[in-house]
Amino acid sequence: MSGKPKLFYFDGRGKMESIRWLLAAAGVEFEEEFLETRDQYEKLLQGGSLLFQQVPMVEIDGMRMVQTRAILSYIAAKYNLYGKDLKERALIDMYIGGTDDLMGFILMFPFLSAEDKEKQRAFVIQKATSRYFPVYEKVLKDHGQDFLVGNNFSWADVHLLEAILMVEEKKSDVLSGFPQLQAFKARMSSIPTIKKFLEPGSQRKPVPDDKYVETVRRVLRMYYDLKAN
Amino acid sequence: MSGKPRLTYLNGRGRMEPIRWLLAAAGVEFEEVYLETKEQYDKLIKDGFLLFQQVPLVEIDGMKMVQTRAIMSYIAGKYNLYGKDLKERALIDMYVEGISDLMQMILTFPFSPPDAKEKNLEAIKERATNRYFPVFEKVLKQHGQDFLVGNKFSWADVQLMEAILAVEEKVPAVLSGFPQLQVFKTKMSNMPTIKKFLQPGSPRKPPPDAHYVETVLRVFKK
Repeated sequence: MSGKPKLFYFDGRGKMESIRWLLAAAGVEFEEEFLETRDQYEKLLQGGSLLFQQVPMVEIDGMRMVQTRAILSYIAAKYNLYGKDLKERALIDMYIGGTDDLMGFILMFPFLSAEDKEKQRAFVIQKATSRYFPVYEKVLKDHGQDFLVGNNFSWADVHLLEAILMVEEKKSDVLSGFPQLQAFKARMSSIPTIKKFLEPGSQRKPVPDDKYVETVRRVLRMYYDLKAN
Repeated sequence: MSGKPRLTYLNGRGRMEPIRWLLAAAGVEFEEVYLETKEQYDKLIKDGFLLFQQVPLVEIDGMKMVQTRAIMSYIAGKYNLYGKDLKERALIDMYVEGISDLMQMILTFPFSPPDAKEKNLEAIKERATNRYFPVFEKVLKQHGQDFLVGNKFSWADVQLMEAILAVEEKVPAVLSGFPQLQVFKTKMSNMPTIKKFLQPGSPRKPPPDAHYVETVLRVFKK
């Protein structure tokens, strides 16, 4: 074994993308095995690698971890991106909860009908601009620091940057009412590990397309009939 | 302020129930404020209590905490129910997240349209018996210990106990193929704090009924 974490997922964003972001931001190199066929998935199942029969799965430090949140929490704590004490953790967890909910609305996007995509796009933008972005804008404005929590780079900052970029893909000027977030985005993008991840050739995955949807449906035999929020 | 955590939610299980379970299991007394009208909810938002305009809200240690997972992690961390190191935390997190996926199906069940209820009930039964319960049955069988992680009572045990009882309410004989879980359920029921929580008059809420569903729809109406 190489010692590097190994990610098992489709060759696309989905639930694994936040994990890629966090590892990359922490400067941790990782390997990936892409699920392309139903057979591969069944082999993983039969081999007992998937605790609840689901991916994402990450082999890390001798564990086969599943459940996105559990994996992210482990990585954040291991690489000191989880605050300095219980109260900073609590703040980080709350902020992550928000960006997670927001990105969750985008997760199902590629699986929707054309009509539902339009509805969902409007829903995402409305939630981003009225519920989520104002919170982080205020946090940054109130303390005037570079990072969301404890004047220190944390998981919450990585997650927020990821969410901002994802929403911008749906509406390029969505940050126009949020000057703090614009400055935040610029600062985060300049952090060396993140800058590297944002460059072509990194392990960051592109916006999901029909081929991705078709692969997920073929491998999991699920997600044929999703509706907008 | 009394110093006790204060929970703001509807007078029913929903997303607050796992938090009630965890506080109770940790032996922590708490107060509750029940949302009954849309006006109450709108006022909470207007007064800036709800970070993302949502409940559950738990006022604890000077913080106005929202986001169920964040609240539970804080309580588990504070009351030593989160394992002894990073790897035990990882196990507890994996187990809790899996159980939470199962509980999500139970959470949304009362809100399913009448013609989907039978299908959803069948799905709960299928997932519990084929995906989730076998995992915990195996964990307990393999290490032979009383608790899921690190031979010590943790958040994972509380969450599993809650899930077992919740599924049993829908599928009474669901534990029939799971001897380890039957023993686990008995052991958990006899732990003093849990035993107390299972008695009438505790803060534990009853299964959601039509009145609860109606209250939810009314309070959170857009």
